Amino acid sequence: MDLLIKNGRVIDPSQNLDDTLDILVANGLIKEIGKGVTAPVGAETIDAGGSYVVPGLIDMHVHLRDPGLEYKEDIISGTKAAAAGGFTSICCMPNTKPVIDNKAVASYIINKAKAEGFCNVFPVGSITYGLSGDRMSEMGELKESGCVAVSDDGKPVKNSEMMMRALQYAAGIGIMVISHAEEIELVGEGVMNEGFTSTELGLKGIPRVAEDVATARETLLAEYTGTSIHIAHVSTKGAVRIIREAKARGVKVTCETAPHYFTLTDDAVRGYNTNAKMNPPLREIDDVAAIKEGLKDGTIDAIATDHAPHHLDEKDVEFNVAMNGIIGLETSLPLSLKLVEEGVLTLNQLIDKMSCKPSEILGLNRGSLEIGAIADITLIDPNIGWIVEADALCSKSKNSPWLGTQMKGGAAATIVDGKLMYKR
Amino acid sequence: MAEFKHKHIIALRDLSKEDIELLISTAENMRDINCRDIKKVPTLRGKTVINLFYEASTRTRTSFEIAGKRLSADTVNITTASSSATKGETLADTALNLLAMKPDIIVMRHAVSGAHYFLANKINCSIINAGDGAHEHPSQGLLDMLTMKDRFGRLDGLKVAIVGDITHSRVARSNIQGLTKLGSKVYLAGPPTMMPPGVEKLGDVTVCGTMNEALQDADVVMMLRIQQERQGKTLMPNAREYSRYFGLNPTNIKLAKPNAIVMHPGPINRGVEMSSSMVDGDQSCILKQVENGVAVRMAMLYHVCGGELE
Repeated sequence: MDLLIKNGRVIDPSQNLDDTLDILVANGLIKEIGKGVTAPVGAETIDAGGSYVVPGLIDMHVHLRDPGLEYKEDIISGTKAAAAGGFTSICCMPNTKPVIDNKAVASYIINKAKAEGFCNVFPVGSITYGLSGDRMSEMGELKESGCVAVSDDGKPVKNSEMMMRALQYAAGIGIMVISHAEEIELVGEGVMNEGFTSTELGLKGIPRVAEDVATARETLLAEYTGTSIHIAHVSTKGAVRIIREAKARGVKVTCETAPHYFTLTDDAVRGYNTNAKMNPPLREIDDVAAIKEGLKDGTIDAIATDHAPHHLDEKDVEFNVAMNGIIGLETSLPLSLKLVEEGVLTLNQLIDKMSCKPSEILGLNRGSLEIGAIADITLIDPNIGWIVEADALCSKSKNSPWLGTQMKGGAAATIVDGKLMYKR
Repeated sequence: MAEFKHKHIIALRDLSKEDIELLISTAENMRDINCRDIKKVPTLRGKTVINLFYEASTRTRTSFEIAGKRLSADTVNITTASSSATKGETLADTALNLLAMKPDIIVMRHAVSGAHYFLANKINCSIINAGDGAHEHPSQGLLDMLTMKDRFGRLDGLKVAIVGDITHSRVARSNIQGLTKLGSKVYLAGPPTMMPPGVEKLGDVTVCGTMNEALQDADVVMMLRIQQERQGKTLMPNAREYSRYFGLNPTNIKLAKPNAIVMHPGPINRGVEMSSSMVDGDQSCILKQVENGVAVRMAMLYHVCGGELE
């Protein structure tokens, strides 16, 4: 069925567009974009007055937990949460059970998402078999079966030779390598950022340099081999500086950060709050400032959530015992919109980092509202006020540090392949 | 008499100067009981105290047990070896099961910092922290302060040197929190690998470059236990070299005031943190600390029960 989206403020960085326009969708594609577009007979019309109409948001870093850990999340609940958060596409990380290191698992995810999901799902395969760190996955088959990148996310590839060979091999296949940059020996038994807060709480700290050292290694390996690399969940001032300098030298490095890294500091851990425990950990105020600066000057290309659902039983425990990670799909948009309010990013830059750039980095052929493009569209209500409530979240897990927090802005509607998958 | 309004005693950080002074002065009164022929008063008769110890302890557990018994409370000891922890039961489940037996106070030692706050959100009896990870050990902090007060009659203005592994020490944290609230000046020394970042921001705390700097004109010298198994291979070369730079001996103690006291929370590694002559010497208050421990724990049990002193 045709769909006409009327009177919205259309913001499309891919065409440098920011104007009140109508968009006509037909057969899952953008058919027409302009002023005063009339609805064909039988077309459904959405009045988008007061809303932003943007290329469908893409979250390039999500843990869907399916297969194997469905008690935390599954493809249905996860994609439902994504659509409710305004995402038309998500990339899911390979640390499932079994690991996404073969065609069977990748195909299972793609097929289940197509049949029952609420948005597009692009799997990320593992760099090494079973995330073992010592034997390369069949990246060729992973790419052929639909994986858009490879990553051992959750842990670093510790062996530098393994990482260098993976970068070279992946470049030959034509698949992006996403690095979880962390020097594991420096992390040790750490459970939060090392700093004054960890000193006061008596919790073992993870020094920021653990991320910096690993980020430096990755950029040097990419530089030496002339390959591309994407650094996941950047959280430190040092990592931002290292990536900025590498980009200036011409290294093909891109990176992402997550809303919690530009919204919260390790102060959130006070009270031993396990919903403020993640890896990398929440850092300090100067890191938050550096992350914002990196977003502003383009060092940080993308905003991704690192949506990491965990069951209450895994979070409602002593701090050291609690699992790392928080959910993020349903809170990412309002938290990111705050960057516009604070003057860190223009609206155009924000949409670029939440849609166009992720598409470009991973070659998803989305992130645009050009005529002929796939009709993945997000309608954003910038002013709607709402409170994060556990029961209202679509995600199976409720491990958010923002439970009970007032939010401003959110998805008004999410259109995937021309079909309305979510409406507030 | 001032009123103690806290249901739990988890950290000296959570207590005010007045709270701490009240606990110390109550402990001073409790000491009389410990010197009597019949060392028992009926104050906590009918109250049940569970000592739940997830970490090995001799001194602290025994001290809490004796404290409870001297106040006529019924005390039960549970240590990890005999608890359900080994069967995979969660801390919350263990606590809820114990709670079903209606204790008035749970005294807990646990390896995870903040475990007591987690528990306090789950159960409705009083909780006393007998040590949590590297966070706090409030009864030790209080007994240390009482011992200092015994000698100097005050805490305000005292120069207290704490030497050793500050990063992993809950004893250091409780002392820093308590002492700086009561006006003492704390000087820390230890290898930089054992000095936590930002520790000087916890109060009137100075981080010293050398042990001598910390000892200079100190009223109190508190040595911390060094644990080879905890400090591992990366924090220091070995006990021998540690002792050379951070051990207390008859020579460097001369830097402190002539009437300075020497303290240690125990158990001591003789010849590592301090030489035997220091442990057993005239300036040592180590056994006095242990003695005061019982009185302090009586005061803690008493106040969380909301009692009034006759």
